[in-house]
Amino acid sequence: MNNLQSAIRNLQSKLRLYWPLTKSLQTGLLLSTGLAGCMSARCPVMHWYDFLGLALSLFLAIAGSTIINMWYDRDIDARMKRTCNRPLASGQVSPGETLRLGLVLSTLGVSMAVTMSPLYGLVVFAGLFFDVIVYTIWLKRRTAWSILWGGISGGMPILAGRVFGLGHVDGIGILLGLAVLFWIPTHILTFAMRYHEDYQTARIPTFPSTYGFMATRTTIAISSVLAALSIAIAGVLIGMQWGFVRLLAVLSAGLFLLAVASVFRPTERVNFGLFKYASFYMLSAMILLSVGALI
Amino acid sequence: MKMSILNRLLLLVTSLLAAWQVAVGINGAEALPMVAYTIAFGVLLVAGLLLIIFGFDVLDSPIVVIVSTVIPLSLSLGLVWEHLVAYRTLYLLFVIVGFLAILLTRLLPLRNKLPVIVLAFVHGIAGLTIFLLPIVWALTGRATHGFALVGVGGALIGVGGLLLSFLKAGKPLLSRATILKVLPGLLLLMTAAFVAGFALA
Repeated sequence: MNNLQSAIRNLQSKLRLYWPLTKSLQTGLLLSTGLAGCMSARCPVMHWYDFLGLALSLFLAIAGSTIINMWYDRDIDARMKRTCNRPLASGQVSPGETLRLGLVLSTLGVSMAVTMSPLYGLVVFAGLFFDVIVYTIWLKRRTAWSILWGGISGGMPILAGRVFGLGHVDGIGILLGLAVLFWIPTHILTFAMRYHEDYQTARIPTFPSTYGFMATRTTIAISSVLAALSIAIAGVLIGMQWGFVRLLAVLSAGLFLLAVASVFRPTERVNFGLFKYASFYMLSAMILLSVGALI
Repeated sequence: MKMSILNRLLLLVTSLLAAWQVAVGINGAEALPMVAYTIAFGVLLVAGLLLIIFGFDVLDSPIVVIVSTVIPLSLSLGLVWEHLVAYRTLYLLFVIVGFLAILLTRLLPLRNKLPVIVLAFVHGIAGLTIFLLPIVWALTGRATHGFALVGVGGALIGVGGLLLSFLKAGKPLLSRATILKVLPGLLLLMTAAFVAGFALA
């Protein structure tokens, strides 16, 4: 009995350490895009176990790749104030254990996806490949443009969800992927500006350090417009009701106005407000795409 | 002043109500009033979200005066366009000129009382329209009794506007802390009155 209790306690403490490695908010947001992508396909018949399988395989693949990234970037995390207390950087979890966990979750996620549908599995694998190999290992420490590849991998879950729902790749799926790709700069670059010194200490090239804050803010404003346009066009093409399109337009206008405010009245407060609004915007857009497809 | 969790919740419900109104629209409304109502409730929605994200400090921004004008102007335009057909063009002209006048008098560095006079005039006309038109229409049987709730919302928006205007002018009717304490509740009541009024109309 005592052995069982101590095993449960041990498991609980491990889960408490492992959970932050998954960056749960970011993983949750990407997962929501995948589910919305599937709902946007308006499948006439969708079994609950298919949907559960989609959610589980995406969660495992996204969380797995995030953990592998954290394993690879542990030296950077240890140098940055914002991340030095993460379980791996602070030595609470060993690098070997982290890598094993990341590989197991990623393999499980991709295997499950391939079993469910080979094409869906391929898109999930492509997202993982772009995120871990191209973005993190190859480009992140070399060029500020690495975020483009981070953005492409970020757009894969929504494309994967749509591919799972439809059975093939279509223009709307690519448009939805582009929407996430264009949204990524608003999310990542506002963060890069807020923690500019941290990134400099870790010697990671970012847009603010390479092109300056003004160019970064302008990039954010332009990409916000493109993200909003992509989602709106995809929404119309999917056949979303006009009420939902109107709501999407209103939320997009808020995103655009904040992005413009950050260009003309740049403050730390506006910058971080834009970061928060952008996260809320993406989650709302995904909810609208999902609900809009149901009605 | 730090915003309490209750106030954040009230603002979230306000935003959700406004989002609901934008999504369902107004039954039978033509294109222009639909756009006008969407703008009004859209501004309410985004304003609620920005208040949650930035806190009450966002009210100190000079742009708040201009943005807060949009709500009564667009709501009143929608109402006039739907219910006072003979005055459509005239009122549309008033809305455009009034908004431009407020924009210019706020952006130009004027040291006289013109910005306040323009603001009071434009807000006054728009506010009275939102307050009186639905109530008169409900009382005279030209609309259902429920439509009067839109007028109640108009009265509440007027109270909120007055409190904020006097506060920004440096002559507050109530202390800043009291105004900020009641503002989220006032915004929620106002939005609920508008949404219920349009639903029952």
